[in-house]
Amino acid sequence: MSASSEKYEAVIGLEVHAQLLTRSKIFCGCSTEFGAPPNTHVCPVCCGMPGVLPVFNRRVLELAIRMGLAAHCTIAPRSIFDRKNYFYPDLPKGYQISQYETPLCKGGYIELPGDGDNGGPTRIRLVRIHLEEDAGKNIHAPDCSLVDFNRSGVPLTEIVSEPDIRTPEQAGAYLRELRSMLRYLEVSDGNMEEGSFRCDANVSVRPRGSDSLGVKTEVKNMNSFRHVEHAIAYEIERQIELLEAGERVVQETRLWDPDRGVTRPMRSKEYAHDYRYFPEPDLPPLIVPPDLVEQIRIAMPELPAARRARYTSEMGLTPYEANVLTQEREIADYFEAVLPGLKNRKAAANWVMTEVLRVVNESGRGVAQSVPAPAEVGSLLKMVEDGAISLNAAKTAFAAMCKSGKNAKATVSELGLLQVSDEAAIAAACDEVICAEPAKVAEYRGGRDKLFGFFVGQVMKAMGGKANPKIINEVLRRKLAAS
Amino acid sequence: MATEKTNKINLDQVRHIALLARLELTADEEQRMLGDLEQMLEYVDKLNELDTAAVEPTAQVGDIGAAMRDDVVATCDDPQSILANAPDAREQMFKVPKIIE
Ligand SMILES: [Zn+2]
Repeated sequence: MSASSEKYEAVIGLEVHAQLLTRSKIFCGCSTEFGAPPNTHVCPVCCGMPGVLPVFNRRVLELAIRMGLAAHCTIAPRSIFDRKNYFYPDLPKGYQISQYETPLCKGGYIELPGDGDNGGPTRIRLVRIHLEEDAGKNIHAPDCSLVDFNRSGVPLTEIVSEPDIRTPEQAGAYLRELRSMLRYLEVSDGNMEEGSFRCDANVSVRPRGSDSLGVKTEVKNMNSFRHVEHAIAYEIERQIELLEAGERVVQETRLWDPDRGVTRPMRSKEYAHDYRYFPEPDLPPLIVPPDLVEQIRIAMPELPAARRARYTSEMGLTPYEANVLTQEREIADYFEAVLPGLKNRKAAANWVMTEVLRVVNESGRGVAQSVPAPAEVGSLLKMVEDGAISLNAAKTAFAAMCKSGKNAKATVSELGLLQVSDEAAIAAACDEVICAEPAKVAEYRGGRDKLFGFFVGQVMKAMGGKANPKIINEVLRRKLAAS
Repeated sequence: MATEKTNKINLDQVRHIALLARLELTADEEQRMLGDLEQMLEYVDKLNELDTAAVEPTAQVGDIGAAMRDDVVATCDDPQSILANAPDAREQMFKVPKIIE
């Protein structure tokens, strides 16, 4: 960071488009399935043929309300659809059905996890969450462009934040939290690669401490959280450099170029910002049935923020640990299913964060397909707690269980991992070692404390490496002290 | 002539609207549109004589609420025929002039 960047602060607002998890499109019965051959999930409605009428999918309403409640929004009992008019080959009707003046959800906020250093959670306020239909997809050939309308009419929510975000890292944290919430709620799969979670950023800079807003640019084409953070960081630096050189920021749309690591102005759609919204005459107002909101509220699952709070306050986990464990609902559920019968929750948290997450991430598959059932991991950790096996032995057993699918008890005995905690057997081995090494014993008793490790090693060797090291330590100390 | 009293709309605005609508107008047509749009805006002035301050903007008459359908996939009988309406097609897709960005 240069000295000049200290003088400025960034003001960032994010617009996220999330595809809702429905089977059919928002205004017709075509499938929303990803990856179908081009133009196979199409019909006269989503291709904008004359004389057709849209019919609203009620599931869209339920999913959007679920997200709205999770984000503390006000749900509008009555909202209307509007036409957003522009011409582009991927938009068959020449307008997109969206919501403009009366979004379904207004206000609200997203709570970002505290990082533990500067304390508690941060709130990013929302402007709105509204409903709209997706456009088709353009594929660019050397001599022409080709259009596939499978996506046309797929239901989206657009989640618009207030310009409350100040750093690229905070933008990343906001997006991760939003995606995590959408996935907990089963509102969206949040898959960025398949385009079901997309983000545009409005970025401006202003002198630190100022209340006014600078000229903003809209940054598009960011296909991963890392791209978003890089693109915003680049754009902030670019704007500061302009201002420092006495130039002005031009209000424009810029595209992130991940290969070159820069943003550059978009060449087309210059006039597209004049959308001439007007109420959609083909759709009556969207009226939320009075008891629907309450029904959805009652069925809400526990959200990441609530889980984080519970993990830190009730289980004594650090904010970092709580955050890692709760990002995916599947992992948090797994962690909680490991816990019954265990005293050491911190150890269980560590195990899930390192061993389980490593295997899950490496396999690229779901939790259920890649790691043993949580109860089996619980029983493995219980054996560690009881001193029946060492932590290293547990790791060996876990790796074997991931491959074989066998349970913890069978694996531990098959691999001979049980350690001897029988104090009498360990005491006998200690006596043998002490008898066999009278000179070293004398040296130790004469003050060479370092020799203690030697005796532990000898006892462990005598017991084939399977004795409980804690008990060896206790017994040896006692026996060597007595003269 | 309408063009003489263009105080509601000017030629630049006509050209902007034509561009948004992707219409290519000749100079003559621009003049005609200027006159037509002027007349339309005068009519809007006429409507504005009514005091509607206390009336909610009306998007729809009758407030019955949208009919909703269940989230059930209903496949189109003949999705292939959609492409029959394309001016040109390739690889099961609508072929259009090359889009820049
Ligand atoms: Zn359709």
